[in-house]
Amino acid sequence: MLFVLRIVNLSELSPFTFAVIDEVKATSVDDPIAKRLRELGFVNGEPVRIVARGPIGADPLLVQIGFTRFALRREEARRVCIHLAP
Amino acid sequence: MSHSLIALVGNPNCGKTALFNQLTGSRQKVANYAGVTVERKEGRFTAPSGRLFKLLDLPGAYSLDATSPDEVVTRDICLGRLPGEAEPDLIVCVADATNLRLHLRFVLEVKRLGRPMVLALNMMDAARKRGIKIDREELQRQLGMDVIETVAIKAGGAQALVEHLDKTVDTQRAQPFDAEADPHAVVRGILAAAVSMPSATDAMDDRIDRVVLHPALGLAILAVVMFFIFQAVFSWAQPLMDGIDHGVSALGTWITSMMPDGLLRSLVGDGIFAGLGSVLVFLPQILILFFFILVLEESGYLPRAAFLLDRIMFKAGLTGRSFIPLLSSFACAIPGIMATRSIQDPRDRLTTILVAPLMTCSARLPVYTLLIAAFIPERTVWSLFNLQGIVLFVLYVAGIVSAFAVASFIKWMRKDKSEHALLMELPSYRMPSPRNIAIGLWERALIFLRRVTTIILSVTILLWFLSTFPAPPEGATLPAIDYSLAGRIGHLLQYVFAPIGFNWQICVALIPGLAAREVAVSALGTVYAMSGSDDAIAAQLGHTIAAQWPLATALSLLAWYVFAPQCMSTLAVIRRETNSWRTVATAATYLFSLAYLASLLTYQIARVLT
Repeated sequence: MLFVLRIVNLSELSPFTFAVIDEVKATSVDDPIAKRLRELGFVNGEPVRIVARGPIGADPLLVQIGFTRFALRREEARRVCIHLAP
Repeated sequence: MSHSLIALVGNPNCGKTALFNQLTGSRQKVANYAGVTVERKEGRFTAPSGRLFKLLDLPGAYSLDATSPDEVVTRDICLGRLPGEAEPDLIVCVADATNLRLHLRFVLEVKRLGRPMVLALNMMDAARKRGIKIDREELQRQLGMDVIETVAIKAGGAQALVEHLDKTVDTQRAQPFDAEADPHAVVRGILAAAVSMPSATDAMDDRIDRVVLHPALGLAILAVVMFFIFQAVFSWAQPLMDGIDHGVSALGTWITSMMPDGLLRSLVGDGIFAGLGSVLVFLPQILILFFFILVLEESGYLPRAAFLLDRIMFKAGLTGRSFIPLLSSFACAIPGIMATRSIQDPRDRLTTILVAPLMTCSARLPVYTLLIAAFIPERTVWSLFNLQGIVLFVLYVAGIVSAFAVASFIKWMRKDKSEHALLMELPSYRMPSPRNIAIGLWERALIFLRRVTTIILSVTILLWFLSTFPAPPEGATLPAIDYSLAGRIGHLLQYVFAPIGFNWQICVALIPGLAAREVAVSALGTVYAMSGSDDAIAAQLGHTIAAQWPLATALSLLAWYVFAPQCMSTLAVIRRETNSWRTVATAATYLFSLAYLASLLTYQIARVLT
């Protein structure tokens, strides 16, 4: 049997694994964090990668997107839907 | 003389402030925008043609769709909508050439306003070093605006921009681009047409981050850095502080010696000079502390420290960004509270401001030293530690633990449970520029001095008035302060403070001690009718109180000083930074209540045990 490991959001991505963003899901109708994530470039088709994790509870995550590195808490990263890069 | 008003806008970390410093040098004015605690920086420069420019450094913003007070100010000024602020004649949008994917999106957003603008392509040196090639002509064509290359951290690095401004202001109206288009797609198109880059990241950043953000090693490095800063703040500052202390008191003595004996002389000597001196001595500590903070900030390490500590701080209802303000508060809560401006979320900022006074500031040390030396025996515990040192350490820890407890309590109490975002950019590492650090320090010093000369001075004079009037009657036997308003208030206060073991002498000394904590020591000296230098008083006082006070009273006073807002300047700064008397009242009430409760417990328990 073939198990396909499906990673659905950025908070589950292992460090240094390349992935591509599908979309940012808002958790409510007017979700300022989702809006800001999109403004910061978390949009469909962008490659992302986790380059570091916080020392306690592996939180926050340091996310490399384009030339920029953003620290996101897991709650924030959960909004970012991704698939592994081919 | 007429001048052109230019606004600098850009993402955080685009080198905008460095460019501002490069253009204006030290001809800057730092204040607040009316009604908000957003920093307003204005400067001037003259172009070679003699044309005068006024420059506004707007707060960094990721988007004009504002989510923080900073971004609201930036948006409103760009639109010419902020009351009391003129509409800029030209917007200079600054973008980091090594981070165009993010920064160009904001450039497009500003362009959409349809205002005259140019793009300053900053950090071109770093871009070249990384092998990023930018076709400026093509970029100009794609964006439909002039693009000027700058290197803000190098002398003369903004010359092209100055020349450009000199010849072209008011003609550059950017074409508003199609508002329907997806800006991310537009940016991708522009980058594909005008920019080629060999790799997405800087190899050096990757290597440094792998060490600095390592779960174990990273925390160890942070601990070493903090320890070093503490050492510097407390040991390097000492000679300078002694110098200021002697200088101010010598100046005070010299001036008062030329005045006739009387009230005015007492006001100048005991009020103004003593009060100013007791606060001015903190200037070296504040400057050394800010020197390190500015270096760490410029180098890009500070956000890394916030990253490492975010989880712990978040658990307690704070944020990683609270780390620096709280660290600063160990020197003095005033710069600490001023540093909370870097916290975007207003709730996180308020919590940080409220708990900052719980960090053991250096003004508590003279009080702690006096009491510990007088009451705690110098004994070695477990053949390794010094009992006096342990007590001092416990007092520091008590402050930190209670700050976390109070922050957690505020988090629990708060009705608005919506998520607090971190969303923090970790910029590339950079060599700090001495010029930017010098300008930053100069600004901090000015802000502190302005505060000393206004708020602190008026409080000092008020307290001098309270402890001088009315004068003692003829043939008075007790010290003069005992007959004054402060003395009477002190005697009244004794009813309130008896349960926590304070005698009337302590109550009287607490009142002038409101100006600054350490003043309580010299005030106690006054109450016990001692004279001489501060050091001599402290030495005599130690013997007197050791003989007269029960141990429980001393411990209770120590507990009081961990919590009590015995510092009007801190409360005044809270008022300035929050624009709210309610916050001041909240802070004062909770701190006094905690202090009373802690002292009550300490006194009653210690009395039973001793």
